[in-house]
Amino acid sequence: MSEPASVHHDHGAHDDHGHDQSFVSKYLLSTDHKIIGLQYLLTGMFMALFGGFFPYVFRMQLAFPGLSVPFYGVVSPTEYNALITNHGSVMIFWVAMPVLIAAFGNYLIPLMIGADDMVFPRLNRLSYQIFALSAVIIIISFIVPQGGFGGAWTAYPPLSANADYNLTPWGSTLWLIAVAVEFVAFLIGGINFITTAMNSRAPGMRWFDVPMIVWMICIASILFMASVGPLIAGAVMLGFDQNLGTHFFDPKAGGDPILWQHLFWFFGHPEVYVVLLPATGIVAEVITTFSRKKLFGYKTILYTAIGTGILSFFVWAHHQFIAGIDPRMANVFTVTTVLISIPIAEMMFLFIGTLYGGSIRFKPPMLFALSFIALFMIGGVTGIPLGASGSDIYLHDSYYVIAHFHYTFFPIAIIGSFTALYYWFPKMFGRMMNETLGYVHFWVTAVTVNGIFIPLFVLGAAGQHRRIYNYNHFAELSTPDLQALRIVATVSLVIMLLGQFVFLFNFFYSMFFGERATKNPWKSCTLEWTTESPPPHGNWPVDELPTVYRGPYEYAVEGRDEDYWPQNVPN
Amino acid sequence: MHGKPIANTRSVMGIPTAKLAVYWVIGSEIVIFGGLIASYLMHRLAHPEWAFDAAHTDWRIGAVNTFVLLTSSLFAVQAHHYAHKGDGATAAKWLYLTTGGGGLFLMFKAYEWSVEIGHGYTITAAPFWSFYYTAAGIHASHIIAGMIIMMFIAQTAKKNEELHRVENIGLYWHFVDLVWIFLFPLLYIAK
Repeated sequence: MSEPASVHHDHGAHDDHGHDQSFVSKYLLSTDHKIIGLQYLLTGMFMALFGGFFPYVFRMQLAFPGLSVPFYGVVSPTEYNALITNHGSVMIFWVAMPVLIAAFGNYLIPLMIGADDMVFPRLNRLSYQIFALSAVIIIISFIVPQGGFGGAWTAYPPLSANADYNLTPWGSTLWLIAVAVEFVAFLIGGINFITTAMNSRAPGMRWFDVPMIVWMICIASILFMASVGPLIAGAVMLGFDQNLGTHFFDPKAGGDPILWQHLFWFFGHPEVYVVLLPATGIVAEVITTFSRKKLFGYKTILYTAIGTGILSFFVWAHHQFIAGIDPRMANVFTVTTVLISIPIAEMMFLFIGTLYGGSIRFKPPMLFALSFIALFMIGGVTGIPLGASGSDIYLHDSYYVIAHFHYTFFPIAIIGSFTALYYWFPKMFGRMMNETLGYVHFWVTAVTVNGIFIPLFVLGAAGQHRRIYNYNHFAELSTPDLQALRIVATVSLVIMLLGQFVFLFNFFYSMFFGERATKNPWKSCTLEWTTESPPPHGNWPVDELPTVYRGPYEYAVEGRDEDYWPQNVPN
Repeated sequence: MHGKPIANTRSVMGIPTAKLAVYWVIGSEIVIFGGLIASYLMHRLAHPEWAFDAAHTDWRIGAVNTFVLLTSSLFAVQAHHYAHKGDGATAAKWLYLTTGGGGLFLMFKAYEWSVEIGHGYTITAAPFWSFYYTAAGIHASHIIAGMIIMMFIAQTAKKNEELHRVENIGLYWHFVDLVWIFLFPLLYIAK
């Protein structure tokens, strides 16, 4: 585990780790799963500053084409392409995955299964270091000659494969390397998560006593592991096409650009569920705690998650309906795509079923969890016209797709992360976040997201194609009422981004000056709330590691004095 | 705190933790090679003319290399046998022999590739050759990684420490061997 004590003694406030250590060995080179989780969290939040700044720049360009954007300047077409590409890449690979899976997976899995650490702490540290390296590479890719990669986050060849077309010989290779390195980090991390949850559960904890978030992160890790392999092979092939002169994806020399689309989306569609499932796990934990009611249909939620995971491997070609695939094949993928909405819809109804008859408390994490359900429902329902191959031919590559995508990913990556942060902040830092600021942050975020993306549905249905730098070049798309919708979306985005400063202030202020948190401020049943806030090194004293006697959601059990019954209490 | 976390010493599933992790590693590797081989197969079936390029691979060296790898896997089994009996020193010797098998494999491969590149069949010569070098190259990188890890494990096994690692690297080595069993007919024999 960590290094033995170094030279200094009595460092002050934070000696709950049992040893006095230098800052570097305690916070940067630690093998403690909690520190590694916080490293992932803070790195993800740092990358979100990039991922959030890029849309500000390109939305300003779309609302006020050609004008100088405050804090940026005039946007060139090349820069515009690099900004949209890296907004997508950074938000998915360097914000959603590190925060939802790695940060909360690392922080919560050992605590929630009653273990003192991950099974492979040093491998865990290596996983973060590889991830940090990938973040550095993607940042460097913006500042090399010719700028960052601009071939969209899906990196379709031949645009991505040939520097004569994409004009970013450095940026496109660095982008590819960064993504591949990031995959390695998450493979290592995922193996650690799954092995830990399988082998190191507390005595007495059976499969169905495992909290839902732990299940979801493990299923997501398995999905990631099972889907990313072909894309890793594809990344090697694309890298060779870019730099060695091979022609895997070049049709004029016998290659096949559609092969990349298959390899990418065989990963890309399960990837949606890789980030969705941890978010639903977070929502499940929060909704049951703040409804003071047992999670409705624990096993059914689990089976819907597994069913979704399996189905997600058979839907990828719905991204390729206009890529020349056989219409008979398109029919098959339409059916599987519409099928996959059944288990997910069922899961949402089970969450609503948990609310029914509950004693609901509208704390900030609960509000975020409820808005997840509402927003994700819109995202899911608007996906059906895209999954059906007939209507997709019209809507493909329009802003309708962007609006649909963001109505799924915004609740997942942003709302899901905020739900978890407001809920577990007291455990992570031993202090409570300010509730009033939390309410302000919630309402600004939850209202403005609709202001951004409802106009985009309208614009997309009106025929606005995506990846266009300036719509004034298209007579039928530069009408004043369409432009007004673009301005509404941009203004909503600016308000939302300003609202996030409320959160940042609350986060860092509460970390140091918030009200002290007790062990279990939300009166929750799962094991992480049975130790100190924040938990000491090793989580519990060695001879007091918990034993589990029941499931994780025994709220409002009749005949008991208190309305919750923690997992570790014998009777 | 020294030593392993308590989490590492638990075994709820009844499978040692490190072995469980190796199984997951192999699972993720299967998908990587699976994607590559599936891409190759799709193309190969759609392009019968690739057979003209494939005819220039040397199936004799491929066959010898298959034999070399299978033999080295047998050595890995021997290493596990002695590690299981608690004889770390002998297990280490068998691990060195296994590593030697990997080295021999790489030497044959280096010779084979030199001849082919000398005849102009480079990675950019034709799509078949691109797949040939990429698939065999990724496989060879797994051989190299396995050899390096095996040398480290032999060092600890010699001192009779961490003997369970001998079996785990053996599992990995068998997997790498198995990948070659797929690559050999697909790249050398199918004409």
